[in-house]
Amino acid sequence: MRTDRGGLPVISVRGVVRRFDPASPPAVDRLSLDVAQGEILTLLGPSGSGKTTVLRLVAGFERPDEGEVWIAGRCVAGNGVWVPPEARGVGMVFQDYALFPHLTVEENVAFGLHCVQRIQRPRRIREALELVGMTAFAGRYPHELSGGQQQRVALARALAPQPFAVLLDEPFSNLDADLRAQLREEVRGILKHTGTSAIFVTHDQHEALLLGDRVGVLREGRLEQVDVPERIFHAPRTRFVARFFGRADFLPARVTPQGVQTEVGLLPQRPPLGNGADVEVLVRPDDVAIAPAADGAGVVVRRLFQGGTVLYCVELPSGRRVHSLQPHTVRLEPGARVAVRLDPGHALTCFHDGQAVGTAGETASEASALAGA
Amino acid sequence: MAASQGGPGAPGGAVTARSLHWLLPAASLAVAGGLSLPVLTVAASLLVAAEGPWVEFVRLVLPRYVVTTVWLVLGVCAGALVIGVGTAWLVTVCRVPGQRLWQWALLLPMAVPAYLLAYTYADLLQYAGPVQTTMRAWFGWGRGDYWFPQIRSLGGAIVVMTLAFYPYVYMLARAAFLEQSGAALEASRTLGHSPWSTFWRVALPLARPGIAAGVALVGMEVLADFGTVKHFELDTFATGIYLTWFTLGSPVGAARLAAGLMAFVLAVMSLERLSRGSRRFHATGTAPRRPAVFPLRGWRAAAGVAACVIPPLGGFGLPAAALLVMAATAGDPLFGPTFLRLAANTLLLAVLAGTLAVAVAALIAYGLRLTPSPAMRVAARIVGLGYSVPGAVIAVGVMIPFGYADRLLGAWLHAATGRPPGLVLSGTVFTLVYAYLVRFLAVSLGTVEAGLGRIRPTMDDAARTLGHGPGSTLLRVHAPLMRGSLLTAALLVVVDLLKELPATLILRPFNFDTLAVRVYQLASDERLAQASTAALAIVAVGLLPVLLLDRTIARARGPRDTPDARP
Repeated sequence: MRTDRGGLPVISVRGVVRRFDPASPPAVDRLSLDVAQGEILTLLGPSGSGKTTVLRLVAGFERPDEGEVWIAGRCVAGNGVWVPPEARGVGMVFQDYALFPHLTVEENVAFGLHCVQRIQRPRRIREALELVGMTAFAGRYPHELSGGQQQRVALARALAPQPFAVLLDEPFSNLDADLRAQLREEVRGILKHTGTSAIFVTHDQHEALLLGDRVGVLREGRLEQVDVPERIFHAPRTRFVARFFGRADFLPARVTPQGVQTEVGLLPQRPPLGNGADVEVLVRPDDVAIAPAADGAGVVVRRLFQGGTVLYCVELPSGRRVHSLQPHTVRLEPGARVAVRLDPGHALTCFHDGQAVGTAGETASEASALAGA
Repeated sequence: MAASQGGPGAPGGAVTARSLHWLLPAASLAVAGGLSLPVLTVAASLLVAAEGPWVEFVRLVLPRYVVTTVWLVLGVCAGALVIGVGTAWLVTVCRVPGQRLWQWALLLPMAVPAYLLAYTYADLLQYAGPVQTTMRAWFGWGRGDYWFPQIRSLGGAIVVMTLAFYPYVYMLARAAFLEQSGAALEASRTLGHSPWSTFWRVALPLARPGIAAGVALVGMEVLADFGTVKHFELDTFATGIYLTWFTLGSPVGAARLAAGLMAFVLAVMSLERLSRGSRRFHATGTAPRRPAVFPLRGWRAAAGVAACVIPPLGGFGLPAAALLVMAATAGDPLFGPTFLRLAANTLLLAVLAGTLAVAVAALIAYGLRLTPSPAMRVAARIVGLGYSVPGAVIAVGVMIPFGYADRLLGAWLHAATGRPPGLVLSGTVFTLVYAYLVRFLAVSLGTVEAGLGRIRPTMDDAARTLGHGPGSTLLRVHAPLMRGSLLTAALLVVVDLLKELPATLILRPFNFDTLAVRVYQLASDERLAQASTAALAIVAVGLLPVLLLDRTIARARGPRDTPDARP
């Protein structure tokens, strides 16, 4: 919302460590990340991975044990500097909304405008409420609003002081699925419309992919990968990231001069490994083609109807199972024999010792082309 | 948010500046320590060697005290259990005519202290009282011609105290029934159980923790009672303490009895805890819904109404009416200047102790919120213990250390000024207020903590991210949200100490009477009519928290996640 400062990151976390208990591993471990002007970064991870702690470190509710936090070109924590939360110019939207029950919607929004000239406040309040479509509820008390409405007010309250950035801590987790989807769209629209930088913490992978310009995956206080959503999904750097997004099967394979040899055929790609090296190929359901065949190698074990599509679970001769996504017009019953083929249309990610090898260049250009669009 | 927060002991939303971070907890620890002195003194008395008369006393009298106390507790708990649970079920889950009225009326006996009930019933039912006089006049009986139950007996005390204390069970059982998911009751019906069977097999087991807590409260109230048992001349621990101190002149003996009484209370409390075990009683899954309603018709409805009318009538209606009649007809020769002096004394104590109790509770509650350290938690626990310790025990626990301090201080002042100064601490308003704090701090602490709990830590955080410092957050978020809780806390303490008798009786300054003390003195002299105005004043003030309680319970019905903190 504030003026562009020549491409410098709005939020910069540099090698931050936060340890709650000397005996156990740190909640945040040498973590670094940047959020650019107007960018939405979603942070994703299982519970206990430290994502909320990262948010609280940026907001100023936690002090880093090591490292620095910079906001809008100013060091706010680390190196002996400490700027309290109220002086950081960062807005926050909480999971439980944290609206003040003794204040009306209007007064809640006005709460952060105490430094704004009195004469300008009504306009700023109106603008903020218009932004979230809550103008009609200005005089209500929080308990008179539904969950979705409370969340909108919380966002308006955070945006009203025009902060450098907004931090959102699983803001939709108390809402039902429909409302979630709707608010997700709205919030992204509002943040983009106002050009506000944001860090959005969630444990919902769909939400992370849909909302984020970039997605950061946290595991045990470390960033496994920060990337555009497409690359996170198609070019995960670790098995953990691959597993975290969507259904993932891993097929053992061997590198040969012709390509990567799997149980269900040869992939024409050459990872930078010597011949005979063992790898695991990440196979998503949309990479696997199946066709009914009496002498097929695979047997359908389960059929998961998903509406427009059907997910088939197929057992291979080795006993390993892969999943295949098919349109609902394909109808196979459990027990049916099928021919299984890999038909990704792009290079598949191979893992060696849990880390991705090769293939990165190709999908990177593809992904950056998508991101630039 | 808590789910992904890595560490324990990360205080969400620190409100205060750095310096307050250790100052506040330290101060609250010190206060908590100071307030645990009486309880510790009483416990320590067990370590002192016994003296002559005490040994005899234990051999001859103590067994009788124990037996009477146990019977009294068992009888009252059983009576309160039946009345409390039964009426709670009737007005919460069944539908009876006049339901809303009974829901409220059943709480009324809480406004009348047990000793007032005892005085009134003893007055009404004694040989020269209006009931027996009327009976003799109607039937032409003379002395010894007929049998009439002796009210001043163990049985009489059980009846009177049951009427006085059943609302504790009623209140907590009702809250438990309200919380139960209607689905559980409906499921029981679809599985072929009648309403009656559903009550026994589903509703009652689910409400068990609430009911047990209510019965435990009743047990503690019975153990703490002094006025009733004294008036009915029953030998219980509470009267025993008084007797040992003032008739036998043995402070150590009194302290030992007090320790025994405290052991009783602790036993009741741990039994309740233990009985819960590791079971969980919360409804699983969705939010609790309104319980299923069983309508009562015909004779059942009539019986239901009768069951709802009799307890509040006996515990409130009759005695209040009797006191009103006494005040109107016999008159109160003491009304006027005497009454005003008593009221002023009472008010002084109420304001002093009420304000202090709230201030100290706020100090401890904030200390606990900022640094939830084990030491802090233990301190809050010990402070909370005072409420379950009977007033007579606390009086003993206050007298002993204060008397000791007085002797030291007296010797020092004597040496310094050359004149004996007399008592400095004992028998002052200060001592009394201190005792009230020890006894009633748990009441204010509970209320303040509940109020503070409603201000979620994220609200502090929100205020901080919106550019408000700790002071501004305290002023603009906490103060308005806490106002209602602080007022409620003060009110509850004031009402409690207004009714308090044993500690006041023992610790009050010479010639410094309160309303309760005057009622006690006149009632002991069989001159209850002269105290009727004072008694009515106590009842009237006692009605305030009853109204408040009724509102709180009714509001608990609403959805939990929309906190309405406006008072």
